[in-house]
Amino acid sequence: MTQDLRTGSPQPDSSPAPIEASTGAAGRSGSVMNRVLGSLSAAARLEVFLIIILAFLVWWGAQLSPFFLTGSNFGFSIQAVMEISIMALAMTPIIITGEIDLSVESMVGLSSCVLGWLWMEGVPLQLGIPIVLLVGLLGGLFNGFVVTRWALPSLVVTLGTLALFRGLAHVVLGSTVVTNFPAEFRDFGFSYVPGTNIPWTLLAFLILAAVCCAVIHLTWIGRQVFAVGKNKDAARYSGVRVGTLKLALFAVSGLVAAFAGVILTSRTSTANPDNGLNMTLAVVTIAVLGGVDINGGKGTIPGVILAVFILATLKSALTQAGISTDYQNVAVGLLLIVSVITPLLARQFRILADRIRLGRWRHRLRRGRPARDPAAGEVVR
Amino acid sequence: MALSVPADVHAANRGGVLIGRLARSRELTLACVTIVMVTFVAIKAPSFLASTNLISVTALTAIIAIAAVGEALVIITKNIDLSVESTMGLVAFVVAIALKQQSLTVPEAWAIGIGLGLVLGMANGAVITIFQVPSIVATLGTLSIYRGLTYWVAAGHEINISDLPAGYTEAASQTFFGVPLFVLLAIAVVIVAGLALRYTVLGRQLYAVGSNAEAAATIGVRSRSTIFLAFALSGMLAGVAGVLWGIEFGQLYASSASGESLAVIAAVVVGGVSIAGGSGTVVGAAIGALFLGLINNALTVLQLPQEWLQVIYGAVILVAIVTDALVQMRAQRAKARSRLR
Repeated sequence: MTQDLRTGSPQPDSSPAPIEASTGAAGRSGSVMNRVLGSLSAAARLEVFLIIILAFLVWWGAQLSPFFLTGSNFGFSIQAVMEISIMALAMTPIIITGEIDLSVESMVGLSSCVLGWLWMEGVPLQLGIPIVLLVGLLGGLFNGFVVTRWALPSLVVTLGTLALFRGLAHVVLGSTVVTNFPAEFRDFGFSYVPGTNIPWTLLAFLILAAVCCAVIHLTWIGRQVFAVGKNKDAARYSGVRVGTLKLALFAVSGLVAAFAGVILTSRTSTANPDNGLNMTLAVVTIAVLGGVDINGGKGTIPGVILAVFILATLKSALTQAGISTDYQNVAVGLLLIVSVITPLLARQFRILADRIRLGRWRHRLRRGRPARDPAAGEVVR
Repeated sequence: MALSVPADVHAANRGGVLIGRLARSRELTLACVTIVMVTFVAIKAPSFLASTNLISVTALTAIIAIAAVGEALVIITKNIDLSVESTMGLVAFVVAIALKQQSLTVPEAWAIGIGLGLVLGMANGAVITIFQVPSIVATLGTLSIYRGLTYWVAAGHEINISDLPAGYTEAASQTFFGVPLFVLLAIAVVIVAGLALRYTVLGRQLYAVGSNAEAAATIGVRSRSTIFLAFALSGMLAGVAGVLWGIEFGQLYASSASGESLAVIAAVVVGGVSIAGGSGTVVGAAIGALFLGLINNALTVLQLPQEWLQVIYGAVILVAIVTDALVQMRAQRAKARSRLR
């Protein structure tokens, strides 16, 4: 359902039939071409596009180095992006509702510092980690409260808490850096499920992704998220408590960011006020690369998961190619823009393909110009 | 309904309306708050008003203010430019490299810097208007692309003051009749941009596109070219800010000006430019930059613990926008009430 809404997926079998019968020559000669063009336009779906990119990157990486396709490289590369990936899962529904949370990177720093401070003060980690997660939840609730209580744009509010949380991180830990975490804690972020090349953090990500996917795509909560993103007022009139929903989403985002902070602390074994600096842009990049519409209303969790693997593969391949991290961001930025432009071009192509299928001038029969560019499915109707 | 209101009610309301209007003028309120804050800090710590301190704080503020004017143009059209900091960093570095190799004179380097900013802004505008990419995504991409280009240009090196022509960085501390040169330049930019926004067709078109794109299209505003222009100008002003950044700091790294985008956007937002587009002024954006710059400096001068600096900074942004929202809510409620009456 969401897939259809998202891509306006064309249905070549059913809808064009009556028009086609009357188009004469174009309709008859087009039966083979129809099928080709129809499957092409179906292939223009974003997930397929992402899989193609991923396949290309894997192929390219394999050309660069025999080490690339090994399990240890997989584990190593995927581990490095797990914090941002986990945050991207929580960012996705927020962006779908038309909001954004810029403060996640500072929450990573804050939670990392709180964890370090608690550990320094002698609080055991079994108690410290739940406290840190609670801090994240409260921070997220604060974001959500300010956004929903005064109907403020979340871009601005979370810009404020971006500075606020980072500042609190500095206040909590000052200039000290905590590194003496116990080995069991470090193992969680740094080591693998015994006997495999799967990092524990990837396991955590996959579990969270499965939960997130189920909630967003299979439950009424997800329906409401999409409803709010498509049309906030219509959603409110049909009984969605928009404010409560957004509040909950921001709270979850804070909680998940705190969890990412715990993972980062564990992986690097360092609690440092600068932890997580500049991560927000990477988180948003993953979501957008995964096909989440920054204007809200569209997006899928499988797309975001694919984007995570694309990002990890791209970074690993670039490293194999001897390109340093500083330049890797150029590729990530380009990929982001290309991934947004391509579906737009693909849609133009679909519209063109549909016009050819229906006879070149068929679209002129529609009276007047539509207010917006119609999706391909609408053209044929 | 308005006709039925007796004249004396109008007269009685006039005073209240005036105060209400003043309270709603974000520029004026913010300027008053700034003055109060400066007075308070100056009493607490007289060194705040020392000319060396003022020159150094206003120089940095002027840089942010110039970039904020460009950002305001973009935000007025209901878009956003996240790539400002990378544009500033890249321009600063390219200008410095050009001067280091002594292939260019100072004015030529300036022209190159501003031209480069313009080109980078046009690239943003092209991606956004031709391909209809949401600006937050496009400039998120160019944010990392331009930064990557800076690393490429820098090639692992950094620029020191000794690499630059003698006296080049002195402009940062020079004054003209007691006013720092940077501040004069920022004031000139604000005046030109402010007048253009208010009195030229183009300026009004920026507001039209930002407040209601469809209505603007209906009355014949070409929104794509208008938005393109806003981004081009934003890039150009970021270029100016980048050149000034190089002069102010002298020492440049590939990561110079990182994180300044948020400072610039914060200045614009605190200055009363609505992120929803269509309202706000460049004067407000510049005062916002001044306010945030002075607060930053005041915290240092008051010798507050350095760690609290960012907490207060973030809190100020939140308080500013929440207050603004409350004032607007009250104004709307008052308007609704007067309509009922």
